[in-house]
Amino acid sequence: MSVVRVPPVLRSEAGGAREVEASGSNVRELLEDLVRRIPALGSRVYGDGEIQSFVNVYVDGEDVRTRDGLDTPVRDSSTVILLPAMAGGC
Amino acid sequence: MVASSLLDLIGNTPLVELQALSPPGRTIYAKLEGQNPTGSIKDRVALAMVESADLEPGQELLEPTSGNTGISLALVAKLRGLKLTCVMPSNATPERRALLELYGATIIDSPGNEGSNGAVRLAQEIVARDDRYMMLFQYANEANPRAHYEGTGVEIARDLPRVDALVAGLGTGGTLMGTGARLREAFPDVQIVAAEPLPGDPVMGLRSLEDGYVPPVLDVEKLDRKLLVSNAEAAAAVRVLLEREGLFAGVSAGAVVHVARRIADELPQGSVVVAVLADGGWKYLSAPFWTGEEIDEAVLWW
Repeated sequence: MSVVRVPPVLRSEAGGAREVEASGSNVRELLEDLVRRIPALGSRVYGDGEIQSFVNVYVDGEDVRTRDGLDTPVRDSSTVILLPAMAGGC
Repeated sequence: MVASSLLDLIGNTPLVELQALSPPGRTIYAKLEGQNPTGSIKDRVALAMVESADLEPGQELLEPTSGNTGISLALVAKLRGLKLTCVMPSNATPERRALLELYGATIIDSPGNEGSNGAVRLAQEIVARDDRYMMLFQYANEANPRAHYEGTGVEIARDLPRVDALVAGLGTGGTLMGTGARLREAFPDVQIVAAEPLPGDPVMGLRSLEDGYVPPVLDVEKLDRKLLVSNAEAAAAVRVLLEREGLFAGVSAGAVVHVARRIADELPQGSVVVAVLADGGWKYLSAPFWTGEEIDEAVLWW
């Protein structure tokens, strides 16, 4: 099981939880497991075999889009962070 | 060195070796963008955007900005005889607000809990209903990455015979895209690495995911790595920079150095990492991270 951190903007879909659990050996499996466990949350993050636009998924602090995308490996000890895509800068 | 205009002193910032913070056998160089005339990397962007703008007579500039870009635009606007209005989140630090006003900009507040996105939205509304204003809009202005392609990147490639990784903060994406593209021409195997802030309250205050925003300037596909940095990690690094290297830098520089050390550790012996430090620490003196006390993950960035 990996810990998945849920941003406030998605917490109502997670029943208010700040963290949930999901399992999978890579990001695809983990997100598919999330869709099964908490469909309201999972479907906001993952659909049609892709990570939804405006969502970033990080495994151990690194954006999976610059790793192997959905094939990025996930370990049991991994922390997965979901965040809305945002501009920084000033 | 003698210049006829302060604007001629934008760019050509020095690189300094971080002797104490580089892992054994690797070298991290910091590019000191705080040495630009208003103290940040945004001087490059502001000058390039104003120079390429097609302003009608009497038109004024309006830009959503919580700080550095506004201060840079204010300097360029002043010296070019232009008026500038900045739309900024109401919770931006007092130093930045005061600096903008001293440089002569007008400030319009946007809701603090909506962060940069709220400022962008309000600025777009104002420009849509009042054609007196032109918005340069750094998030989508190709002069933003071009300033780095023609400036920052050229300077690094000129000053160093070898670069294995470039690390810069991820804001608009301009620094990473422009500098990265130029460095890739000079050093085809260079890794382009984004240090990304773990967002604080404004992002967390988003009402819906669809309020999120990916700047058109940013093409994530062109990044080799994109690493999240917490405020605590950035704050720790900014303190270490001052303690060990004597470098008084801004909080995004802390995040960049945090990531640069991690990347340098992963690279083989002999590798060279360039860390772009966007500004100095002056504008963050009122922020809580200098003392080493526990900080919450509030907004400290830019």
